[in-house]
Formats: sequence, structure tokens, C-alpha cells
Amino acid sequence: MLKISADKLNDLFDAISAKQTLYIPVDREAGSAEYKKYESGMEMSRGLNTVRSAKDFFFPQTENLADFKMNGKNIEVIDIREESEDFVIFGVRACDARSFTILDKVFLAEPVDSYYKNRRDHGTVVTMACTRPAETCFCTTFGIDPTAPEGDAAVFSDGENYFFKANNEKGQAFIDSISDMLQDGDTEKLEKIQENTREIMKKLPLANLSTDSFGGERLMEHFSSEKWAELSESCLGCGTCTFVCPTCQCYDIRDFDTGNGIKRFRCWDSCMYSDFTKMAHGNSRNSQLERFRQRFMHKLVYFPANNNGEFGCVGCGRCLSKCPISMNIVKVMKALEVK
Amino acid sequence: MNNDTLIPLVGVITDIRQDTPDVKTFRVNALEGGKVFEHMPGQCAMLSIPGVGEGMFSITSSPTNKEFMEFSIKKCGCLTTWLHAMDVGQQITIRGPYGNHFPVETELKGKDLLFIAGGIGLAPLRSVINYVRDNRANYGDVQIVYGSRSKDDLVDYKEIIDEWMADPNIQVNLTIDNPQEGWDGHVGFVPNYVKELNPSTNKTVLVCGPPIMIKFTLAGLKELGFTETQVYTTMELRMKCAVGKCGRCNIGNKYVCKDGPVFRFDQLDELPDEY
Repeated sequence: MLKISADKLNDLFDAISAKQTLYIPVDREAGSAEYKKYESGMEMSRGLNTVRSAKDFFFPQTENLADFKMNGKNIEVIDIREESEDFVIFGVRACDARSFTILDKVFLAEPVDSYYKNRRDHGTVVTMACTRPAETCFCTTFGIDPTAPEGDAAVFSDGENYFFKANNEKGQAFIDSISDMLQDGDTEKLEKIQENTREIMKKLPLANLSTDSFGGERLMEHFSSEKWAELSESCLGCGTCTFVCPTCQCYDIRDFDTGNGIKRFRCWDSCMYSDFTKMAHGNSRNSQLERFRQRFMHKLVYFPANNNGEFGCVGCGRCLSKCPISMNIVKVMKALEVK
Repeated sequence: MNNDTLIPLVGVITDIRQDTPDVKTFRVNALEGGKVFEHMPGQCAMLSIPGVGEGMFSITSSPTNKEFMEFSIKKCGCLTTWLHAMDVGQQITIRGPYGNHFPVETELKGKDLLFIAGGIGLAPLRSVINYVRDNRANYGDVQIVYGSRSKDDLVDYKEIIDEWMADPNIQVNLTIDNPQEGWDGHVGFVPNYVKELNPSTNKTVLVCGPPIMIKFTLAGLKELGFTETQVYTTMELRMKCAVGKCGRCNIGNKYVCKDGPVFRFDQLDELPDEY
């Protein structure tokens, strides 16, 4: 497998960023990581995952959909879309990589969302195999192998080297574009590390979490469960879980009057918010119980019902570490488990 | 880049009719004349005044109308209040058509039809009624039961009197909730009136109105011997995208915007009661 020695990684970043925009996870002062546009000298985070997911790259928190010029009774619609530039996201974890295929099922389904597709077409996802999974990790529950991540190309570290493997044509083109900096390497040590990581995954606290009780066929059974009342009782409706979630894709569309025309924006929304379904004549989900139930039913029942059994969760664990009342999808799955 | 459904077209208001104290019917044309797009009965469109908001409205005109589209809109919230303040000549943005439609060319063909509407609920059914009138030979008996709070709240009353009631091939039964001067027709709620009329259970039913009216009407129909597979309705929930992506108009795993808005009651029965 082609590799580069670890001390040359920044040379590689310099070379990639000379051709196209490169984003890597970088440690912030507080110790948590976030994706940043690479500038020479920046060091890639050694941490496991970023605080926010990588969905922003394809589905940004806010984006301009269209502009309007209002002139008396007349309206002019202005298509502000532009072809995205090519970019590379380096160091995406297996869970976030899977989230892109889940988002694809929403945004690339007919009618295709051109805003999302534009970024997806121009972005190359280079993933990083995990070696030190955290206690909040449960990606294996959803059939994800963190030692062999999806994405266009995958990168594996044996501590001294980074190895490159293409998962598709786009990934191969990426590796070809940097091949003059790579050399053939022996993967023996790497395979041992992968095996070691798989063993760690088996011993994690959430290793035995099962999806057996979920899926589209249990729609009415789970919807009418009495457990939602207790599970949702303390939910603040803050929406943090939906914002850090790599697969949450609900959005709002709002207009902003600039004083010189109208800008129409799409922004992330949350099914946890009380006005999410509120209309002039009523609200179909009036209580936090209903809103809470919607979020988990969507990921564990509705999404698989519409997508050949695929669940709308990738086990990244962000909601486990961020929920202010320590409620999360794992607790919901355990409570609703059918024994 | 390909067209994106989220980028709307522009239409112009060419006529406004005050139907009731709080319902107006707006005629919409493309800027160059004619219709902005074609649709089937029961389908919807997203109408917007940029800077005010965007909302989903059922297209109340029949597709057999080749000149224009019409929308009957009740003044209810922010956007609809703005729409009610418009004058003829105002441009709006429009995108669609969205959703499925009443199965006028398949399941409803050749059937005896019973339309049951309450208040503004007539708006989506009017599209089907006029489609059926324009293709009369394809359908059996047609009966319309329509009720409202008062005589003044009957939407499209003029069309009902002048055209539907004058049509010998259609039976029209009107009712209002309370007695009113100048009204010698039936008085009483729609669900009770349907039971009194005791329609033949051979009929296929299309019902639309306030949720409480739909609920009691369905219960009444069942008492008369109708089954849920004979009864269709059309739903409305909050929508932003209209194409099943923004995540809010779902009932269970079905999105009202793309899997609906038209559902048969046996289909709704398999979904959670969250609407």
C-alpha cells in the first residue's frame, strides 16, 4: 500500500492545499477539535472526533438559496448558485463518512438538491481509520468498521506512517495526484493495529447495543410505547443533539430583507423545537414528548422504513457527550428494546 | 447547473374574488399568460411573497381549466394576511406541483362519487369536482355535501348555485351550522347531515374539512356501512421544502408533501395519529 512517513504529513498537506482547499481537524485551545481550512504549519488533531460533525461541508448551517428583487408589484428571482470549488476534507472518521451516505439518501433523492450535490460533487472525502475509539463510540452497532472507513479514500496510521487506500474513482484520482510524495510500504504493523482496534471495539461499554428491536416494521409498536413519557420528561428541547448530529438534516427556509432586496436562506432546524411544526391553525406535535419521540422514531423506525432498513444513526456518540440532561439515543434504544 | 425545485417561478395575480368574509380566491397566471404549470386534482403549490413567507396551498381550479390556476385561501396567519392584502397585478412566486393527487383516472373512474366538505375544505375538492364535471361520462352518480358555519362562509357559493346546483347530473346538499335569516336550506353539522342523507354505500367518498369534522364524518360513514378503503381525504401539515427533505410534515414515515396530501383512510390507519 502507498504510504507517507508521519513526519512528512505536513509536506503533503502543503502540496494538497496548493491545488485545492484542504480542511483538516485541528485542536482548539480547550482541547476539542474542529475542522479548519488548512494553512501551512497547522497540525492535524490527534483526537478522535470533532465537536461538530462534518455535515457542514455539504449541508452548511446557513446557506443562501436565492435572492429576490422587489419592485412595486414585480418580483425578480435571482439564481445565486455558483459551481463549488474542488476541496478535500482530510481526517474524517468512519462514522461521519457513513453519515454522508445517509444524507445522500435524502438530498440526492429526486428531486435532487442541487446545493448539496454541487458540494458533494466537488468535495473529496479522505477518511482516517480509528485506532483509539472512545467510550461513547457505538458505530459497530450500525455495521460500521472504524478500522476500514468509507469515504473516497481512506488513510491508516501505524504510528510511523500513513497508508492510503482508494475506495472509489474519486479517491484514486486523489491518490494519483499526490503519488509523487508516496512510496510503497509494508502493512504488517498496520494490520496488527487494526486487529487491536477491533478488539478494543468489542470491549467498549456500548459494544453490545443492538438494532434488532428497531426498523420500519415496528412503527406502531414503538410509537405507542408508554416509555416515551419518562424518556422525554427532562428534555429541555434545546436542540443540541440535532445540531451535533451528523445525520440530522431537517431545515428551515427563511427570508431576510437586506433593505436592498430579499435573501432567502436555508438553515438547520430541529424537530425538538416547539415551533417546528407550528402552523397558524395548530401544531401537530404540541408536547415535548411528541417532539422527542419524532427524533428517535425518525432515526430508528421511519428512516429504515423508507431506506431498506438503514438506520439514521452512525454511533458517533456526540449526543451522548453533549446532551445537557444526559439523555441520548443509546438510552432510548435500551428502554425500547423488545426482549 | 440544473433547475432546483427550491428556486421558484413568478406568477401574477389576475383576479381576486372575495368568497367569504375570510376567504379569497386568487387567479394566478404565468407572466406571459396561461398557466405556470400543469397539475392533477388534489396537488398543491408553494406560494410565496419573498420577505413574508412561503406556504403550501392546494390548487382549487381543475386541470381542465386551460387558462389559469386558482387558489382559495383563508386569512389565517402571517402569509395569508399578506396575500389577502394583495391587489390584481401583484406578482408572487410559485413552485410545484407537489404531492400525489386524487386517483381520478384510476380508482375513482367509473365510481359513484360522494364529496363531503366543510368550510375551506372545499378548496381541494373543488378541483376534483370540476374535473369530474368536465369528464362527466367517466364517472357515475355525483353527490356533494357541503357545510359551513354560516351562509356567508360557503366558499364558491356562486359557482355552487349557478353551476353545480343547476347541473342535473349532480346532487348538491348544503348545510350551515346555525339557523340564519335568508337561509331556508338544511341546518346542522356536516357529519350529522351525511347520516341523515343516508347515501348508498356503493359510493366512493372524498372528504375534506376541519380535523374534527373529518373525524366525525368518518365515524358516521362507518355507521352507515362504509369501509375505510372507500374514503379519501387530503391532509395539511407545516411544510418548508415540499419535497420530503426538510423533515417536518411527516406522519410516521410518510411525508404529506410527497407521499400525500391525498390518503385513503385505510392507509392513514397504518400510521400514527399525529396530525
